[in-house]
Amino acid sequence: MTPFLLNQLAACGIGLLLLLAALGVPVSRLSSGSRLIYGSCALVCSGLAAVALYALLVPGSGTAAVELPIGLPLGRTLLALDPLSAAFAIIVNLATAIVSIFAIGYGRHAAEPQRVVPFYPAFVGAMNIVLLAQDAFSFLAGWEFMSLASWALVVSEDRSAGNLKAGLVYLIMATGGAMTLLLAFGILAGPEGAYSFDTMRQTAAAGPAAIVLALALIGAGSKAGLVPLHAWLPLAHPAAPSHASALMSGVMTKVAVYGFIRIVFDLAGPPSWWWSIPVLIVAGITALLGVLHALMEHDLKRLLAYHTVENIGIIFIGLGLALAFEAGGLPVAAALALIAAIFHVFNHSLFKSLLFLGAGAVLNATGERDMERLGGLIHRMPVTAFAFLVGCIAISALPPFNGFVSEWLTFQAILLSPQLPQWIPRLLVPAIGATLACSAALAAACFVKAFGSTFLGRARAAAANTAVETDRWSLGAMLLLAALCLGAGILPGFAIDSLAGVSESLVGAQLAAQSSQPWLRIAPIDPVRSAYNGMLVFAMIVAAAVLTAIVVRRFASHGLRRSPAWDCGFPEASPVAQYSSSSFAQPIRRVFGSVVFRAREHVTMPKPGDTGLARLQLELHDIAWDALYDPVIRFVNVAADRLNAFQFLTIRKYLMLVFAALVLLLVIIGAWR
Amino acid sequence: MTPLDTDIAHLLAGSMVLVSFLLLYQDRMFALLNIFAVHAWVLAFSVAWQAHLQQAPHLFITALIALVFKGVFIPVALHRIVVRLGIHRSIESVVSVGPTMLFGMALVALSIVVMLPVTEAAGAFVREDLAFALSIVLLGLLMMVTRRNAVGQVIGFMSLENGLVLAATGARGMPLVVEISVAFSVLIAFIIIGIFLFRIRERFDSVDVRALDMSRGESP
Repeated sequence: MTPFLLNQLAACGIGLLLLLAALGVPVSRLSSGSRLIYGSCALVCSGLAAVALYALLVPGSGTAAVELPIGLPLGRTLLALDPLSAAFAIIVNLATAIVSIFAIGYGRHAAEPQRVVPFYPAFVGAMNIVLLAQDAFSFLAGWEFMSLASWALVVSEDRSAGNLKAGLVYLIMATGGAMTLLLAFGILAGPEGAYSFDTMRQTAAAGPAAIVLALALIGAGSKAGLVPLHAWLPLAHPAAPSHASALMSGVMTKVAVYGFIRIVFDLAGPPSWWWSIPVLIVAGITALLGVLHALMEHDLKRLLAYHTVENIGIIFIGLGLALAFEAGGLPVAAALALIAAIFHVFNHSLFKSLLFLGAGAVLNATGERDMERLGGLIHRMPVTAFAFLVGCIAISALPPFNGFVSEWLTFQAILLSPQLPQWIPRLLVPAIGATLACSAALAAACFVKAFGSTFLGRARAAAANTAVETDRWSLGAMLLLAALCLGAGILPGFAIDSLAGVSESLVGAQLAAQSSQPWLRIAPIDPVRSAYNGMLVFAMIVAAAVLTAIVVRRFASHGLRRSPAWDCGFPEASPVAQYSSSSFAQPIRRVFGSVVFRAREHVTMPKPGDTGLARLQLELHDIAWDALYDPVIRFVNVAADRLNAFQFLTIRKYLMLVFAALVLLLVIIGAWR
Repeated sequence: MTPLDTDIAHLLAGSMVLVSFLLLYQDRMFALLNIFAVHAWVLAFSVAWQAHLQQAPHLFITALIALVFKGVFIPVALHRIVVRLGIHRSIESVVSVGPTMLFGMALVALSIVVMLPVTEAAGAFVREDLAFALSIVLLGLLMMVTRRNAVGQVIGFMSLENGLVLAATGARGMPLVVEISVAFSVLIAFIIIGIFLFRIRERFDSVDVRALDMSRGESP
């Protein structure tokens, strides 16, 4: 296949997605219209993923850009699959294809499909435009299109005030983020206005690179959900229909990561040593705060959204390490950190989509997102529970699943930090490593809570007691994602090897080929130093489980007796008295609460003799919201109030304002000379 | 171009500034209209003189338009409107004359200060012409701001437009099409404002714009 044809195929795929979006408007009103659109999306995305895989595996096959005759008068729209684009195109399209399969079943339950169906392919197409764009204009156009389409999905399902607020906050943050990216590209393009990425690489930036780094961190970070720009994410991601939430959380944040890598690693030139410091600090804080907030949530989808914040932190830790190593003259270590980050992007897109789909299945079956009203669903929805459990294990970074491998690779990179030439990153990186370890442990606690209070125990509300297992399409999609989580966990060497082209093009080095290692193990630096064999771990787990089962069946008593569970001596039959998700989070809230959340507990006790209820009220704050957003909101409100007066002036006063402005400007011109 | 030619051009442009001051000061309705007619006549002479100096015959057309429309037609029409509205006896309540005149002088000074350094490259003749034109524009704006009566505001607008035409003729090479379209737009503006005057009057029994403000529930 010639390179040109490959990119043309990809461009055709995007065109098909946009066509599906247009087609979605009339078709979604038909009874099986949404299935048609989602099914076509799944097919097109699988095709795009296959094309991208080919471009990634065959070096040099996707470099000649397709030039489209649309865009700015000065520039052209260039689309191509270079290694970085191809890697992210695989990640995005693979997850999207499977989520679309889920949507075939899930979309039947939508009350107003015409508000969701047309925007879904548009959203997917826009993400692909961003990934394939090889010039700043089409990148930004795709980025904005992606923001708008996902905003439409956020406000599609529910017209409650909270949802509309989520949409508004999202829109404002998206606009601000796109604005900073526009400025970053403006600086990179230089005074000649060279907006294609090829010329940007060659020309020197017009401004200091520090500004580019800061703008990229703000612009891409606001979309990805870096603290303190994450505030929109736990509002907007859960508000969308569940398959759209899965895409926003599992896939769209990855497009933002792509934007950051593209600008900072590819276009901004060789990094200075201090670039890694702000990235690492922000990433560490993001990882820790994200998981702590997730622990405090008892809305299942919000919990998952906060968890995305944590995982974005982990990914950016990898990227910060790659910057530090690249600037410190350690290209192989930089390649390791970069591959760890991109591999975690891939893994997160799988298990976060899986978890959101599981949450969607639960929401569909029970109508509840609040974990305090769920419970016992493992009996009602066993397959969903199994798939969700796999997702929980994977996101908690337990072997043999994929989350473990990428976090392990990140730790391997952290352990190389003593070789760094500067002492500030040498001191900082271990601290970040400790933060990462802490957040990984908290993540495990968080998913014990999520799985336990949703699927185990007894139903806390009637809705959870009457749930039925979800449809086959949805189950198939979830099991497929679970299988991929396991597959990427036990065969990580192929993923690492296929990313060699990416690290070669961005940091100028690649890791030793992992597929040549014996017994499917991976050893990124040196087998003597560290190695991991996912297949072996998997085999041992299976062997131990089978052995235990045999021993139990052979030697244990076969007598079966059903009896009530021991209830600590309190014969309280109400399911509300079970250990709940906030009970689970309470110790951690006690440890971190007063500082991180400014948590306050108010206990209202009835007077002696009064038979009224005692109340425990809990107050939690997001400090980023309090410190950063509230002042801005207050300022805008005050300024709007002041400016409001200008709306009701008399004509003469308006004339006077114009006149005064004219005279003032003339005075300035006169004084200037 | 002899010094006399330049002096005559300056005399005419300067007279326009002077007439603008007269407009600013005038508080009777008919006198205001008459002085506006004078303003337009001086403009016409000034443009004609420019046409003579620049040997640009199309500027004679501009002068003719100024003379016919602004010097005769519009003042007569406004005169009839004022009579029909029955406001010919009313006195324009100008914001106290003294400060307004002082402010107007400051504006003239400002326009000279601004214009002379900016246009250093151009000839002395054009520079001063432009400074005069800017003064007239600013004085017209000042008049619109200080008048309470709608007729006064219309006159202020028209005198402002006269300043623009003066500037346009001073800068050579202004195409005739532009001048005609400017003149035409003024005519349209006049028609629209005239219609509005009647409409306002029908509704509020007054052309004092304060009545409009009050109808919106605001105190004047």
